[in-house]
Amino acid sequence: MAMTDDAPLLVANGLTKRYGHRIGCENVDLTLYAGEVLAIVGESGSGKSTLLQMLSLQMMQTRGDISYRMRDGQMRDLTLLNEAERRLLMRTDWGYVSQDATLGLRMSVSAGGNVGERLMGLGWRHYGNIRNEALDWLDRVEIDRNRIDDAPRAFSGGMRQRLLIAKNLVTKPRLVFMDEPTGGLDVSVQARIIDFLRGLVADLDLAVIIVTHDLAVARLLSTRIMVMRDGHVIETGLTDQVLDDPHAPYTQLLVSSVLQA
Amino acid sequence: MYVAVKGGEAAIDNAHRLLDLARRGDTTVPELSVDQISQQLALGVARVMSEGSLYDRELAALAIKQARGDLIEAIFLTRAYRTTLPRFGYSIPVDTNAMRISRRISATFKDLPGGQILGPTFDYTHRLLDFSLLQSTVPDTPLLAGSGLDATPRVTDLLNRDGLIEANPIQECDDVGDLTRDPLEFPATRDLRLQSLSRADEGFLLALGYSTQRGYGRTHPFVGEIRIGQVDVELFVEDLGFAVNLGVIEMTECEMVNQFHGSAEQPPQFTRGYGLVFGQSERKAMSMALVDRSMRAQELGEELSAPAQDVEFVLSHCDNVQATGFVEHLKLPHYVDFQSELQLVRRLRGEHAAAQSPSSTAAVLNKEAAE
Amino acid sequence: MNSPGPKATGYNFGYLDEQTKRMIRRAILKAVAIPGYQVPFASREMPMPYGWGTGGVQVTAAVIGTEDVLKVIDQGSDDTTNAVSIRKFFVRTSGVRTTTSTADASIIQTRHRIPERPLQAGQIIVYQVPIPEPLRFLEPRETETRRMHALEEYGLMHVKLYEDIARHKTIATTYAYPVKVDGRYVMDPSPTPKFDNPKMDMSPALQLFGAGREKRIYALPPYTKVKSLDFDDHPFEVNRFTTPCGLCNATGVYLDEVILDDQGGRMFACSDTDHCETRRVDGHRGLLLGDAHGQVGGSRHGDD
Repeated sequence: MAMTDDAPLLVANGLTKRYGHRIGCENVDLTLYAGEVLAIVGESGSGKSTLLQMLSLQMMQTRGDISYRMRDGQMRDLTLLNEAERRLLMRTDWGYVSQDATLGLRMSVSAGGNVGERLMGLGWRHYGNIRNEALDWLDRVEIDRNRIDDAPRAFSGGMRQRLLIAKNLVTKPRLVFMDEPTGGLDVSVQARIIDFLRGLVADLDLAVIIVTHDLAVARLLSTRIMVMRDGHVIETGLTDQVLDDPHAPYTQLLVSSVLQA
Repeated sequence: MYVAVKGGEAAIDNAHRLLDLARRGDTTVPELSVDQISQQLALGVARVMSEGSLYDRELAALAIKQARGDLIEAIFLTRAYRTTLPRFGYSIPVDTNAMRISRRISATFKDLPGGQILGPTFDYTHRLLDFSLLQSTVPDTPLLAGSGLDATPRVTDLLNRDGLIEANPIQECDDVGDLTRDPLEFPATRDLRLQSLSRADEGFLLALGYSTQRGYGRTHPFVGEIRIGQVDVELFVEDLGFAVNLGVIEMTECEMVNQFHGSAEQPPQFTRGYGLVFGQSERKAMSMALVDRSMRAQELGEELSAPAQDVEFVLSHCDNVQATGFVEHLKLPHYVDFQSELQLVRRLRGEHAAAQSPSSTAAVLNKEAAE
Repeated sequence: MNSPGPKATGYNFGYLDEQTKRMIRRAILKAVAIPGYQVPFASREMPMPYGWGTGGVQVTAAVIGTEDVLKVIDQGSDDTTNAVSIRKFFVRTSGVRTTTSTADASIIQTRHRIPERPLQAGQIIVYQVPIPEPLRFLEPRETETRRMHALEEYGLMHVKLYEDIARHKTIATTYAYPVKVDGRYVMDPSPTPKFDNPKMDMSPALQLFGAGREKRIYALPPYTKVKSLDFDDHPFEVNRFTTPCGLCNATGVYLDEVILDDQGGRMFACSDTDHCETRRVDGHRGLLLGDAHGQVGGSRHGDD
């Protein structure tokens, strides 16, 4: 019953969120394929974070559908998942990397415990194996193995972000949501994280939906881009095309303001 | 040779005889009567009735006497007695509009229909020890306002007339919960929250209410009104088809008026916090109103950041009978668990020492063997 | 064995009114039907403080009948003050027979221990529970822990054990050691030392747990699988004592450490006083028992 690999991974139709009469975002259609990186860009208040929250099932939409191709190949309407299925999906096949790593990490639990949590949640019951897997992931996100028993409280901002990424990727998810993942970091640290995110995405064939206000981040990481303003999608296409030859006047403004800066 | 200590039962009995003796104190000093406590320590009695959630002056006074003046112990005695009483039914809500008022003040208006009535209050007394009370005294006779005071409408009703304050958030409903008959589950509805607060420890609510004033979940409160007086308790009797009066109780009610900024849908409006307790206890009623309002933060879309806004935290820790039991249970023997911990700490310390200085491993092992 | 004593007048048999007992029995039935699941119940205010066994007392009061024989222990001993107090309460309010003998009891109410003598089919053991929620110290919110149980999300529990091993090379939980019941619910065994955990597994007795202040009842029906949480490569281990009981020479039992003087002198003796006394009556002698042959601890300190 498994579908072919060219079937989409995630499909959203007519996604709308209203706060009373105010529009959070309206009528967004979106299709994401396995291994594809989609950037959602816009200024604050454009609705990009609202959209991400709905797609990652952390916020209920007012209207519209989201369906997802589960690991068994079945396309499922995500609003029909029960809570157990939804939470299992979120902690195994999905990852969520927020701007504030302290929200995703347990700050008083060791780095190893943080990375191992999802594995133990899935039933891993061999301490040595869990620890080896955690060490392996610390290597991949370039954190010194000797720090495995230290709590992230003692880590720098960049290290916390990398630990959060390891914690999310340890179950080999197919889709990772990122909300301004380099937002609070110094420029030099940002560059390093983006660099190694590119490597991970390619190595693991991850699909990513990344929300950013930073067009440079979008250009470096994404293959496709979606530009939002006032809750609406105003332009979408291949990242290079859209950024090199923006059609919508607003996109042109965004691109030129980056160039001027 | 060693023989395990026995005789717990005899020790307990004797400890209780000592307690009886200590309670009575010096027998050359006349014994307190329950009437004296009820009349002269009336505010202590009110607190025991309120937090013991049983309106009976005599029993509350008895509990205070038996507890040697320890009010939390007296509250505990009252609760333990109360729980054995059969339930005949639930009264209809008391009508505090019809309260025979002995004190009524508003901080929001200089004057208002019904007037400001100071009544018996510590307010504006100078807190100077009155050494004349070392002897028996006969107080001066106060001037009393004539009976037949005009109706005293509530300040919140006056505000409500202009839509300046939100409608009372509790609507009349049949299925008011009963904290003492069903386990409290979260999220707790406001009827259960108010029941819980009315029985809550005065000191705990005072501190929480205070914390909101200092910025931990600020609500910009004004005392709309505090009223103290007597209300009728009525029970609707199915067979008769009407309500019968069961008696009269004294209550303190506090209505706080709090700021609210409004939203896109709603014009700005004041919001309410409510306090209602047995007897005369303004501090408790005011604290209750502050905490009630703070616990409505989520409903009103306010940022949740302070302890007083956290319903589960407040309700799980506000009951002093629960709190004192669990804190004091630490003095029960715990030596079995402590033995487990001792063993582990000894072992870990041994391993630690061995790891720190490999040369002394033999010494550690020897020491362990000796244990 | 004591004979039935007089009932305290003015209260129903077993103190609680029949309606309350029915409510508690309904909660118990539900708990038995879903082993390890914490059933909320409308815990009553008891004439003893919360945290001093009000949950256990309510459970016992709800299941006790005139034919029952009650044993109450605290720390394994029938003679500790709180055990004495609770036993007295039931003598006063129900007049049932009481015993210190594990073998003779039909209901055993306990705090912190399970008797050494294996429990039998037909017996009921009632545990006093202070904090029924095994996840409480990882997640303080009731709303969240209930969801974790419902969805069987117990990864966090193992994170705690992982952290222990990472820090101490061993699981540093020595009492209230969490167990998984019948492959489903993670349960707090009450603050018994982990030494007693294996006794819960496949026990022929009915095991009932009452938490009065927290208003929860849970249960293990007879012959329920109870597994202490662990890792494959760091299996669950019970505490071991290197010395036998100083009074009855028993090994493989839980021992109390008794400080004898201020010079570091100490001895170890059975925490289960009934077990120890029975053995001494049977002629077992520990190194420190002295000459008083077979003496069962009297009500005085012995001479040194």
